Amino acid sequence: MLQVLINGAVLGAVYALIALGLTMVFSIMRVVNFAHGQMYMLGGFVVYYLYGQYGLPFYVALPAAGIVLAVVGVAFNHFFFQPVLATATREENSMLMAVGTALLLENLALTFFGEKQRGVPSVMDGALIFGDVAEGGIVLTHSNALVATLAVLAIVGLLSFVQYTRPGRALRAVAQDKEAARLQGVDVKATTTLGFAIGAALAGLAGGLLVTTYGVNAGMGTNITTKAFIMIMIGGAGVTKGAIVGGVLLGFAEAIGYDLLPGSVTYLMIFIAMIVFLVFKPNGMFGKPWG
Amino acid sequence: MNTLMKRDLCVALAFLAALLVLPLFIGHSRYLLSVLMNCAGLSVVAFGVWLTFTIGRINICQAGFALIGGYTTAILLSRYGLSFWLALPLSALVSAALGALIGSFILKLRGIYFAMLTISLTEAIRLSFLNGGDFTQGSKGITGLAQPFAGDSPLPMYYLAVVLLALGLLVTWRVHYSRLGRIFRAMRLNEDLAESFGTNVWRYRVTAFAIACALGGLGGSYFAVFTQSVYPQSFTVEHSIYFMLFCFLGGLEFVSGAIVGAFALTILFELLSQFQQYQTLVYGVLMISVILLLPNGLMAVRSARNEGPSGRRMPGAAPDKARAEATENPTTGSSS
Repeated sequence: MLQVLINGAVLGAVYALIALGLTMVFSIMRVVNFAHGQMYMLGGFVVYYLYGQYGLPFYVALPAAGIVLAVVGVAFNHFFFQPVLATATREENSMLMAVGTALLLENLALTFFGEKQRGVPSVMDGALIFGDVAEGGIVLTHSNALVATLAVLAIVGLLSFVQYTRPGRALRAVAQDKEAARLQGVDVKATTTLGFAIGAALAGLAGGLLVTTYGVNAGMGTNITTKAFIMIMIGGAGVTKGAIVGGVLLGFAEAIGYDLLPGSVTYLMIFIAMIVFLVFKPNGMFGKPWG
Repeated sequence: MNTLMKRDLCVALAFLAALLVLPLFIGHSRYLLSVLMNCAGLSVVAFGVWLTFTIGRINICQAGFALIGGYTTAILLSRYGLSFWLALPLSALVSAALGALIGSFILKLRGIYFAMLTISLTEAIRLSFLNGGDFTQGSKGITGLAQPFAGDSPLPMYYLAVVLLALGLLVTWRVHYSRLGRIFRAMRLNEDLAESFGTNVWRYRVTAFAIACALGGLGGSYFAVFTQSVYPQSFTVEHSIYFMLFCFLGGLEFVSGAIVGAFALTILFELLSQFQQYQTLVYGVLMISVILLLPNGLMAVRSARNEGPSGRRMPGAAPDKARAEATENPTTGSSS
């Protein structure tokens, strides 16, 4: 059981990273980024090619995934989301655009990378072994430990950036109240772009981290997006704390479920639990009423 | 409103007339007929999504209810040997009942929460059928369903699709352009205000959702006999999203928007099949361009041009600077 909890913790750390990216974009633009899972997938492919195929070191490939996705995020924001937000008479249109970009990314990936499932060689060999495995001891591979550590580092880095720097304060201000932020001299447009870039980069980082364990394939995006939605709904959309709690909870739920239940029943249970939870707490654990 | 309604009626009638006459010209081609049958079936399901939009909810679980309809038909046909003509309305009924039950709990969620929850609901319904054991046959699905029409001709099946399309259109039209539709609109614009005027909001939104789910079940039931099979993969989250796209593309202000969107996107997809591996890619690019150029749907094209400066500006006409300013103006983006 301890082994399951360790697995859950590793998964939860990366999931929190995914949820943070989605919640960042949502809090700043009020756009639910349907392409978040596809951005995750793209990050996985960047690491797969740079690290797995061209043999660059992992610590080069991983930041590269973040940077590539940040560029994609800036481009999407500039060419797709801003024009739609400017001209649409219904707020649902931005959601439609998000769906469109998700389809575009997925089809681009299918066209260029094919449908094959791909993996990368292990980043680090060896494992930490606590106790005797035969008697319920636990194994934590070095590469899983690295993934979890990097995910936690990224989360801490992001939180301190948002908390203690000037652009970070601008992000929080825009998330709270766009008009008031503008009146205080915040460059709303630049800050929005920054927020979208960070959100996309986080998805890319998470994809780059989990490719070491789960591999990557072009069709995995929708699945990840759905998971990300679950996380931010549990925690409350647009709330940083909620994203982290939601991500960690889902990580544990998935690890424990896969241990105890056959295959797809786990997610059926998670969905049912979540729907019941939301009936009693429609805004998630920490969310504000919104709608 | 009146001219818009007239345009709506014209487009809807034109579609029905064209569908009735077209077999005279393309009746020899099974492929063309099956494309049109596909479009018609998808339109029936999409009407449900369109109807949920009128109460201000983004419904991404329609594929789930289509799946419920499909499985109801399949189980009634294969297990209990019921006639299709009994199974069809029963499927719609089962979908509506389940929709009302689930809806009475989840419809209090709004906006993005409802949209995200309904995505999960689609997955949950699919997984339920996948894990249904002997009753639903798991991932093998239920195949070899009995056909409602004897003989080899695809025409009876085609006209069944047209009749179902007309039925869906009639239901949606009656609901939208009636007192009920006005209540739905009031609820979309401001639910709290509608409630304070004495509308039983809860009852009306469950009604709307149940009708929507019934349409989904009807379409699902049709597809089950059309393809003679139903699998958990028959309708997935992706389909749910497509149904939503149909409505968006056609236009949310017009009942016929759902048909226009379903036919346009489905036929476009078939036309692109000659690009083979780039088919879906071109499809994605085209869809994004359409959203950028026609933010309010195909049906709204002319009104957008006519009303010119009154906020429904054509995006191409807006200079970059004005567009940037509009972006930062919060009143433009959120109409409700």
